[in-house]
Amino acid sequence: MNRQGRIAAGAGGQELATGAVGATGEGSASARRIVAGPFNRVEGDVEVVLEIADGRVRQARVHAPLFRGFELMLHGRDPRDALAYVPRICGICSVSQSMAAAAALADAMNLRPAANGRIAANLVLACENVADHITHFYLFFMPDFASKQYAGRGWHEEVCARFVAQSGAAAQEVLPARAQWMHITGLLAGKWPHTLAIQPGGTTRPVSAAEKMRLRQIIKRFRQFLEQVLFAAPLEEVAALQDVQALEHFVQRHADGDFARFVQLADDLALHEVGRGPARFMSFGAHEAPGEAHGDGAHLFARGVFANGVVQPLDEQAIAEDASHAWLGADRAATHPFDGATLPEADKAGAYTWSKAPRLNGEVVEVGALARQVVDGQPLACALLDDAGRGSVLARVVARLLEVARIVPAMERWVAALAPDGGFCTHGEMPQEARGAGLVEAARGSLGHWLVVRNGRILNYQIVAPTTWNFSPRDAAGRPGALEQALEGLAVDDAAADDVRIQHVVRSFDPCMVCTVH
Amino acid sequence: MTGHVAHGGAGKAAGNRPRTLLWLQSGGCGGCSMSLLNAEHPTLFEALRMAGIELLWHPSLSERSGGDFIALLEDIVAGRQRLDILCLEGSVMCGPNGTGRFHMLAGTGRPMRDWIADLAQVAGTVVAVGSCAAFGGMTAAGCNPGEACGLQYDGNRRGGLLGEDFRARDGLPVVNIAGCPTHPDWVLQTLALLAADELAEQRDLDELARPRFYTDHLVHHGCPRNEYYEFKASAERPGELGCMMEHMGCLGTQARADCNIRPWNGGGSCLKGGHACINCTAPGFETPAHPFQQTPKIAGIPVGLPSDMPKAWFVALASLAKAATPERLRRNATSEQVRVPPTGGRKTP
Repeated sequence: MNRQGRIAAGAGGQELATGAVGATGEGSASARRIVAGPFNRVEGDVEVVLEIADGRVRQARVHAPLFRGFELMLHGRDPRDALAYVPRICGICSVSQSMAAAAALADAMNLRPAANGRIAANLVLACENVADHITHFYLFFMPDFASKQYAGRGWHEEVCARFVAQSGAAAQEVLPARAQWMHITGLLAGKWPHTLAIQPGGTTRPVSAAEKMRLRQIIKRFRQFLEQVLFAAPLEEVAALQDVQALEHFVQRHADGDFARFVQLADDLALHEVGRGPARFMSFGAHEAPGEAHGDGAHLFARGVFANGVVQPLDEQAIAEDASHAWLGADRAATHPFDGATLPEADKAGAYTWSKAPRLNGEVVEVGALARQVVDGQPLACALLDDAGRGSVLARVVARLLEVARIVPAMERWVAALAPDGGFCTHGEMPQEARGAGLVEAARGSLGHWLVVRNGRILNYQIVAPTTWNFSPRDAAGRPGALEQALEGLAVDDAAADDVRIQHVVRSFDPCMVCTVH
Repeated sequence: MTGHVAHGGAGKAAGNRPRTLLWLQSGGCGGCSMSLLNAEHPTLFEALRMAGIELLWHPSLSERSGGDFIALLEDIVAGRQRLDILCLEGSVMCGPNGTGRFHMLAGTGRPMRDWIADLAQVAGTVVAVGSCAAFGGMTAAGCNPGEACGLQYDGNRRGGLLGEDFRARDGLPVVNIAGCPTHPDWVLQTLALLAADELAEQRDLDELARPRFYTDHLVHHGCPRNEYYEFKASAERPGELGCMMEHMGCLGTQARADCNIRPWNGGGSCLKGGHACINCTAPGFETPAHPFQQTPKIAGIPVGLPSDMPKAWFVALASLAKAATPERLRRNATSEQVRVPPTGGRKTP
């Protein structure tokens, strides 16, 4: 099959364009439209339609091609049932979804979680986020550098041996380390993914003093993996990186680590110039942990919005979802999630995805580890933004690993803070009429649940997931989403649909499509 | 074909030929794949190698993307590439209005449902990984907005996408590795059995075509709260130590799986995590007629009693057990910590 000749199709199955079509308007006869996808090594299915002119991407449209309708399933259920349903939106962000639901329920119940339960839940969430970052780096992102497109580069052979999908040496080290890391969740929540252990009042799994020691061992062992294999350096040294020069020195000193290998590759391929997203970042604040001196005082990583070099407070009321380009009904003005609806309308004209376009004050924002780190003011993450304040493929990947180096030591502190004799779960009643919001940070960024209870049942439940922000379509004003912006201007070769550079940009966001469309 | 092992009698003669595996995802969460990464002793890639399975493609694990992948699908359908095992994770998406447009496979402009149907016709064995692919599962919950169904079941009714009479090339119906998510070893051991031609339909699959090696057990087996169950010493709120059947919605005495025998993530299970079993290996688990974490009762007696126990006997035994509940269990059942340790064997001074 001609790789450029594939046919794009909407939910309607109608042909949009073929690879060889000529003019696509706006006066450029040389523009052609191609379809990239499916992308594997992302969670779920995604397709990108690119309009290419003069060897560059002129426009990108991101299609999320799956609809399931979790928000409709939740309608009419007992509010606590959200805890069984929402983790199953996503097998890779399962705990994040549990945390957001538990927070929304606690908000609606006006319930304060037990201190121990909050710590235990944070440990489970941190376990998932760290595992996701490691899975992304080793299994989803790095295998692209083994692509035959890079044959001939000085580093290609070594990178193939280390990172090629499935059989690369790194995978053999990562899988056991990752699986043992997940024992934290086995102990604190029963299993991963899909636990019911995280409740509005804390967790269902009290921890004994001996189990604290077990948790400490699991973290210690994983720290060894990170310090020997990923970074080849102490975590504290990574977390303290201040600027690009410090990063360069680090890479020279610790060249044996996979982190250094990536930074060197990225340097060679100029990945700091690729995948420029929006110059605005948002974080709901990650890991509300008592006693954390970092961040904004309440979270390990601060809550806020970063733009033009300054962090501003986040106004949750300024979030609205626009469905103008989604195959979803109720085509009206952008709506706050408390008042939102998610009803399929497969034949809607002008739509091209099942994903809505969330906006903050009408603006496109990028979310994820890079957003969390710049909002928190981590100096290296800030230094990796370009002059216009935008991220890149390099910045996103470095921020993820930087975050791993910052979270794991925090987890050691949290384990030490668990009090085996104290309570793990508080209890309360759900009022007949209530509303609640649950805002958390998943590995991939800001995740919000908005719950409205009437007559003791769920009247409305709306979810805005991290990749809904990052992979959003255009809004009513025609503003492209974060990935759509990041692909614009990308130089691509003739076989553009399978150009690995497109894949670097798409995967640099670590998209979760099943969350996006839920 | 009943009673046959997969690949018929010729299986052994096929020798050490690697078995090819294609793994697709549709209307699901990807959690069964994520769970697969939790495999230990052996890990995922080791287990596949040991079983002689060649992974043609997996959405999370393979290098091939885009056009290369679509070319692979076309080669399989056209018979140019042999496919021994087709795994589907996630439900088959039939909506809206039976069109399949709720999941168009990216880059192909074609419903995933139609790709699955074509591939199933040429696969040696078709495997449903997880309750979504088996029965519709979570994606079919509530009003089933996506018109989701399983490969050979729609809920507990045979049929589904492929129809009740479907048998794959090597003679087996769709093998349903139900669970939400699946335990990594349920999947890897089933695949190893298939690759070794050792999966016999009559002997090894239950009435819903689930592998009996794990559905011959109840979640109740090995439950660490068994003593509380025996004396009907029940937890009343999340986090308490007592049995969760009476109040907390636990279905472990009816659920078919070995979760409390086979450790999850190094030693866990739902029950060990302190929360109820929601019977995720069963069709229809996703839409209970009661809140998940609350036991439905009639006149104070739980509706869902152990499936093969006469109700009157259960009630009689339960009230006897309740009358005999030791103080230790009665107190511990509604506590987060063991307040009263066992004293058995210690001589009283």
